[in-house]
Amino acid sequence: MGEQPLLEVRDLSKSFTVRGGKVRALDGVGLELARGETLGLVGESGCGKSTLARHLLMLERPDAGTVRFDGTDPFALSGKELFDWRRRVQMVFQDPYDSLNARMTAGEIVAEPWRTHRTMYRTARERAARVRELLHLVGLRPSDADRHLQEFSGGQRQRLGIARALALDPDVVVCDEPVSALDLSVQAQVLNLLAELQRELGVSYVFISHDLSVVRHVADRVVVMYLGRIVESGTTEEVFERPQHPYTAALMSAAPSLDRSSARERIVLEGEIPSPLNPPSGCRFRTRCWKATDICVTEAPPRLDDGAGHAAECHHPLVPGPEALARVP
Amino acid sequence: MTATLGTDTVLEVDGLTVDIRTHDGTVRAVDGVGFSARRGETLALLGESGCGKSMTARAVVGLLEPVVDVTAGSVLLDGVDLVTADDRTRRALAGPGIAIVFQDALTALNPVYPVGTQLAEPFRIHRGMSRRDARREAIALMERVGIPEPQVRVDAYPHQFSGGMRQRLLIAMAVALSPTVLLADEPTTALDVTVQAQIMTLLRDLRAEHRMAVVLITHDLALVAEEADRVAIMYAGTVVETGPVGEVFASPRHPYSKGLLDSVPEHVRPGEPLRSIGGAPPDLADVPAGCVYQDRCPLVRDRCRASRPPLDETGPGRAAACFYSSEVSDG
Repeated sequence: MGEQPLLEVRDLSKSFTVRGGKVRALDGVGLELARGETLGLVGESGCGKSTLARHLLMLERPDAGTVRFDGTDPFALSGKELFDWRRRVQMVFQDPYDSLNARMTAGEIVAEPWRTHRTMYRTARERAARVRELLHLVGLRPSDADRHLQEFSGGQRQRLGIARALALDPDVVVCDEPVSALDLSVQAQVLNLLAELQRELGVSYVFISHDLSVVRHVADRVVVMYLGRIVESGTTEEVFERPQHPYTAALMSAAPSLDRSSARERIVLEGEIPSPLNPPSGCRFRTRCWKATDICVTEAPPRLDDGAGHAAECHHPLVPGPEALARVP
Repeated sequence: MTATLGTDTVLEVDGLTVDIRTHDGTVRAVDGVGFSARRGETLALLGESGCGKSMTARAVVGLLEPVVDVTAGSVLLDGVDLVTADDRTRRALAGPGIAIVFQDALTALNPVYPVGTQLAEPFRIHRGMSRRDARREAIALMERVGIPEPQVRVDAYPHQFSGGMRQRLLIAMAVALSPTVLLADEPTTALDVTVQAQIMTLLRDLRAEHRMAVVLITHDLALVAEEADRVAIMYAGTVVETGPVGEVFASPRHPYSKGLLDSVPEHVRPGEPLRSIGGAPPDLADVPAGCVYQDRCPLVRDRCRASRPPLDETGPGRAAACFYSSEVSDG
């Protein structure tokens, strides 16, 4: 990546005050997203991936850290400038039944963002023409604009959700579990559509999913989160083929696979994710890690890096020897 | 897989038909479904949403809504037909004979009673135990399914447990009386993968301990590949293919099975387009005459529109409901 990333997040931290204390939902998170790239965001419930997504959508303000979007800090903006920025990051939601208004027609759903961003298409005629284009773009018929939501299947609804997200010509689309509510055979259609749209429009995706086989298929790079921190990141191939962090390896091992021939030894972790109210000292994963030693209790793990974008935070990374990641001071 | 397993069949479902009465007439949700489950093995009922797999499970355990009726077929549990059995017989078998684990543990547990009370209930009702004895059994069960500090947690309420722990509680309740058959309806769908792995390990261990027949109802092909011995693939209220998992997944004999397996991202190189099945399943209120899969099938011919293919044997222990099953190639 020679050029400057479209999106750059550094040391992002965010706490929420809840009854019983403070939850550190994000604790020093950093990532980069290039134009036209898909970044997979992987982790279990409570790991902070949704909070991170909300920051990218500028729906939350961080306690600390910086976000650079196309060279600008969106959180420093206000008023009209902030409003214009918001257009550039859009979202596709998990549930195409809950996230679309059942009283609207398909055309109204796709055109709804323009009710806020009024200057994009000024006349009703322009808007109607653009709605038809967008419907066509996501594989629906332009004549579907007048049909009501209940006439659409789950897969078609998700296409509408995607069309709505694209209505504002965003640079980044955050896809939060976009296919997990869909049946397998339909899931494939929607994933193919997202890939086609990326090729055509050059849009970047932040792709949040618990389904590792889906992430492996769509993502160029992957970020693995655990209890508010990024524990490993790298190209999809590197992370999947040579996981360095024990949590990454456990996550991949836990995911069921169709391939029964590979008689792999499954890593079944003990226990569950500790409460983010009271995260473990040192390394946050140590309470479930089979490699944990005394140092993991007392010291936060170092950041290791291979210089080519594969990084992990661990005292005891899984691959020693020539392929090992080097310690970053 | 040995032939002797055949003698261990404990659950035999045949021609099961379930109708839902709606304002617009009767909808056939399950249409002549048959399968069997054997002691110590896991049978998967695999299918996408609306295929009737959950309705089948509910009909088998007799937990149907008032507007839903079993209109034909039989469910033989150790020789007793649960469809025609009187309420007393059914109640006596609910627990020691057949039990079910639901997907959503929070709604399946009663929020206003401590979990210990709910876990003790099967022992109180079926074994007539005293409160104190039943409570002791409940604590032992909690310990067995891996809930930390059961002595203390026995008095906690369902909302005080995590999703994974609640699922463990549900499993504990279901296996309390060592049922002959355990149905598990999407038992891990709501859980994270590392917790899913724990729950499936627990189910496997319990299956071996109690020599239960497990019927796993799921939409997850990979889970079936890893957990089940045999599979029955459902589509539009019918079983379209059945057989040993390894064989069915390696060489499906029904076009729908093949389409489903082809849709799995794991089978496609990253970046390349995924294969999918065009169209959508038929509306259950309006299933076409003939084959249920005709509108999406690449092999469809006139014969498929005229009559419905029966679930015919395609090999030892395998069957598929397709006139052209020999043409469903592996390529």
